Amino acid sequence: MELLTEPLIKEQPKQTRSRKPGCDKPHIEVEKLNLYIQNNHILKNISLSIPDKSITCIIGPSGCGKTTLLRTFNRLHDDNVDVRITGKLFVDCEDIYAKDAEVTHIRKKMGLLAQRPCSLPMSIKDNVVYGPRLHGVRGKQKLHEIAYHQLSAVGLWDEVKDRLKTPASKLSIGQQQRLCLARGLAVEPDIILGDEATSALDPISSKTIEELFVSLKDKYTIVLVTHTLRQAKRIADYVAFMYMGELIEFGTADQVFNNPKHKLTQEYISGGFS
Amino acid sequence: MKKLEEKIFKFLMIGSTALILSLLLYILYIILKKGLPSLSWEMISQIPSGGFYLGKEGGILNAIMGSLYLIFFSVLISLCISVPVVMYLNFTLRRKSKLAAIARLTFDVLFGIPSIVYGAFGFTLMIYFGLQASLLGGIIAISLLIIPVMIRSIDEVAILIPNELVEATKSLGATNYETIKVITRQLLPGISTAVLLSIGRGIGDAATVLFTAGYTDSIPSSLMQPTASLPLAIFFQLSSPIEEVQNRAYSAALVLTIIILILSFSARYFSRRLSKNKI
Repeated sequence: MELLTEPLIKEQPKQTRSRKPGCDKPHIEVEKLNLYIQNNHILKNISLSIPDKSITCIIGPSGCGKTTLLRTFNRLHDDNVDVRITGKLFVDCEDIYAKDAEVTHIRKKMGLLAQRPCSLPMSIKDNVVYGPRLHGVRGKQKLHEIAYHQLSAVGLWDEVKDRLKTPASKLSIGQQQRLCLARGLAVEPDIILGDEATSALDPISSKTIEELFVSLKDKYTIVLVTHTLRQAKRIADYVAFMYMGELIEFGTADQVFNNPKHKLTQEYISGGFS
Repeated sequence: MKKLEEKIFKFLMIGSTALILSLLLYILYIILKKGLPSLSWEMISQIPSGGFYLGKEGGILNAIMGSLYLIFFSVLISLCISVPVVMYLNFTLRRKSKLAAIARLTFDVLFGIPSIVYGAFGFTLMIYFGLQASLLGGIIAISLLIIPVMIRSIDEVAILIPNELVEATKSLGATNYETIKVITRQLLPGISTAVLLSIGRGIGDAATVLFTAGYTDSIPSSLMQPTASLPLAIFFQLSSPIEEVQNRAYSAALVLTIIILILSFSARYFSRRLSKNKI
């Protein structure tokens, strides 16, 4: 709640490390995106520019297409042949749905946190360094440093430092979610995507994850899909409200929650429907 | 009334378990009783000598080695074929794909085909290619027999792999090949169970090898030579009128059972070690 009283729009640094020279767009920009599953029109003409280095929450009732939209950022629909996408989605000025776009390179720019944590079938440490290893980082010392840094970043180091070699599945579900976050951060992304990342967790673990998101937002562009309005109110800098596959309203959290422009948004945030 | 119902079901469950357990133990008892007396070091360390089938010296090393060769290469070949098939069914085709459903049905049918049919089919194949009864022929026939077993049992485990695991791996920037490597780790316990089941089915089958691998008193030294196998050693010796030879059949059965036991325990051991990291 305190967050709402603070100034919400921050000065955005224009350039970041992995950006192409001459690219002045934000990390993620969606332009007239349409998505069809077979003949169902799921996402309708969405244009959205996600501000860098802040937390953007996508809210809306079930089945409105929030998760579907989030998954398009990462091209996770690729394996589903029923899905057809038109329009453009720029990640660092590169249209990721262009024919020559290379998918692993795009996914490397984003860490994804799923609804339920999904640790890889290997040890805690190997989970964290799996990404860096994949992208060619070698050397025991170096990998250990990465594990140390990322596990510390998510506050897990002290809890697991004595059992780095034990299977990740032995951790509690809240710890696993933080491990997944550390694993995502280890590939040095610019963007973190969260698909209802706290919905399977107990209140204390969700609070830890929320606090992590807040602490990470000066370094990363964070996009979260959330079901709980209260969570969005607590941590969002920007809010996108979706309804029936359309983007109804996008603005700062302050504006959307306190002064919604659209009648549907108003109804939704006042609990008129869910 | 409820209580009676519960009692009846409890009795049914315990009764069935006891029945099947006692039957299995009885089989073991017969094999041990009849096989143990004639089981000697000579039996398992020598190949048959001249009058072996009349009750004279020699052993069944030819059959032991033949069976081990046959099963080792068949399992190896079947693994190389089954794992990619399962990967394709589960991770390239969609979960509800028609092709996958048809393929699974086909494998189920193949699973149920009697082994003599595989033997006969292997035999026609061999005639077509001009092969004689040989180790190679036996390996091909046994591979045909166990591939459906393997595919279906790995598939059962692969179906359970959460899609999130695939997505989690891919979202870290892994290619399809790298994703499959991670999935294989998760599949390892399933694969070892599949290997175990296929060994069980393949090593004990007489009908597939009857025409394809033939029978010989020597240990094969190339793929083109015929080879003996334990099930056929049992079959031939049991059909002898001489009692001593018949008893040797039981000791061959005992050897076969022991081999399967050893392989089972080691498969279970590896399975437990491999599933350590399973999520």
